[in-house]
Amino acid sequence: MKKFFLPFAAVAMALTITACGGQKTANANGRESVEMSGAGATFPLPFYTMSFDSYSEKSGDVVSYGGIGSGGGVRNLKDGIVDFAGSDAFLSDEEMKEMQPVVHIPTCMGAVVMAYNLPEVKSLNLSGDVIADIYLGKITKWNDARIVALNPDAQLPEKDIIPAFRSDGSGTTFVFTDYLTKVSEEWKNTLGSGKTVDFKVGLAAKGNPGVAGIIAQTPYSIGYMGSEYAFAQKIPSANVKNANGEMVTPSTESISAAAAGDMPQDTRCSITNSNAAGAYPISCFTWLIIYKEQNYADRSLDQAKATLDLMNYMLSDSIQQTTSTVHYAPLPKKAIDLSLENLKTVTYNGENILK
Amino acid sequence: MQDKLFKALLILSAIVIPVIGGGIIYSLTMDASGAFEHFGFWNFVFSDDWVTTAGRESYGALPFITGTMLTTLLALLICIPFSLPVALFTGEYFRGKKIATVLATVTDLLAGIPSIIYGLWGFYALRPIFMYLNLSPQGSGILTAAFVLAIMIVPYAASLSSEFIKMVPSDLKEGAYGLGATRAEVIRRIVFPTAGSGIFSAYILAIGRALGETMTVTMLIGNTNQMPETLRTTGNTMASIIANQFGEADGLKLSSLIAIGLLLFLITAIINMIGKILIRRAQHV
Repeated sequence: MKKFFLPFAAVAMALTITACGGQKTANANGRESVEMSGAGATFPLPFYTMSFDSYSEKSGDVVSYGGIGSGGGVRNLKDGIVDFAGSDAFLSDEEMKEMQPVVHIPTCMGAVVMAYNLPEVKSLNLSGDVIADIYLGKITKWNDARIVALNPDAQLPEKDIIPAFRSDGSGTTFVFTDYLTKVSEEWKNTLGSGKTVDFKVGLAAKGNPGVAGIIAQTPYSIGYMGSEYAFAQKIPSANVKNANGEMVTPSTESISAAAAGDMPQDTRCSITNSNAAGAYPISCFTWLIIYKEQNYADRSLDQAKATLDLMNYMLSDSIQQTTSTVHYAPLPKKAIDLSLENLKTVTYNGENILK
Repeated sequence: MQDKLFKALLILSAIVIPVIGGGIIYSLTMDASGAFEHFGFWNFVFSDDWVTTAGRESYGALPFITGTMLTTLLALLICIPFSLPVALFTGEYFRGKKIATVLATVTDLLAGIPSIIYGLWGFYALRPIFMYLNLSPQGSGILTAAFVLAIMIVPYAASLSSEFIKMVPSDLKEGAYGLGATRAEVIRRIVFPTAGSGIFSAYILAIGRALGETMTVTMLIGNTNQMPETLRTTGNTMASIIANQFGEADGLKLSSLIAIGLLLFLITAIINMIGKILIRRAQHV
């Protein structure tokens, strides 16, 4: 009899221990420590993992983040089961209409790079219209006159170009097609931009590692992938001609340069095909999205304050300086200033949280 | 007291599983209804459109049902010459011998290998070979996926077949030997007819495994949303399209993906049911 009840007693005890495990103590920010959760984009995942860890260490709050994709993150925010969502694409006006008002906080910058496998060629130059026509199936050989014109010094082989693209829905595809839509009229009218696009030519692979694997294994292939992945894996990528006619190598500096143009107050803007000097043309922001009114799904005031603390932390100099160590680019000052202003508009029960 | 508690616990756990199962069917149906209402059930099943461009959205499940069926049936065909000899080896020729135990264990080990490992093996080892042999222009596609799937289902088909081969009554076999039959004749005339429906059901259950395999297939099938024209071309299965697209899907597309999930659930359930019925019949013989 006693033996039989032992497991139950153990379970009951475990439950009691967990119940009083959350010892409430004031933390560095003068409030109780809370647990926050977010979900969304996988593209900034290495950066988020690093900075959320250091935030937890500093503040005592616990932050968890699930890289389930931008769409999934926004869905979770809609369902009210996360404190913030991560997204590579800002919400469209229609998407905004379907939700309570939200605030977009850019956290860092990245880019989409054109990786290639050309045994004969050390450095490759491309332009937007050429990339579009490769993916439209109109340029099929590496020694096409238009590619040769961009690379007068390179020995381009007479081989078929094998384009690779992402089979899974991805913010990377969105940024890439958003750029092509701006530089190619035909692309805009046929395939358009989106997280998945109905590519007519090429090989499909899942995730950055999948595309990188195809490129590594297939001579004469070309593919697009997130800069953070290509930089970390040291995958060779092409220089791309920007709107000023400059041939730009993707790098932390050239990505940050792309954000030099105008920016709307809500920071929702695409910076592909930027006409700023020295800008890499396929650059992008990635955002964290929170509700403007923080009292939803029974969240406490402390929870709301912690969410804002985290957002502020992501915008702080110390964190922005670490972006390049994980192969992202820091935000321009203007984006940080706008975001700090936007955070002041966040409310709890209609009252501003930050004074 | 103890007896009553135990009984209560048993009933509770017996209820939990059907409730979870029912809940899965319910939520799948609810979320899939959007796609079925928009396109119509049969239209959705038999349409080969997959247009994701906003404004012209149109989704149909046929390319993926075809992809699933093609890879599964092909995997089954490729799997037979690997698994049937193993079953005969362990169940008849070297039954009870040490070498049979070794072979059976190694085959069963194949079942324990995670599917990502099979996927990586297919991607890095098999794909270049397929390209070299010109079996498929890009190395990935229906054929590559089916080949790796075949290896994955060998243990399921082999060990169950072997059990049914062992169940063939020895007086039947001894009778045949007494009449002067050779070993090959005994297998052809006695073992296969007697264990036949059991072996068949073993393969049905192996199919059930192949139908839902996701990771390996996603890595090897090429992930294109068109109708596969030949076995050499790339395609997508029901499981792989969900794995690819679910993360970033919303609205009608999300509903369509869930509808594909529901269809896959139904197909798998039906095939498993057929397998179970056949096994029951085989055991009564």
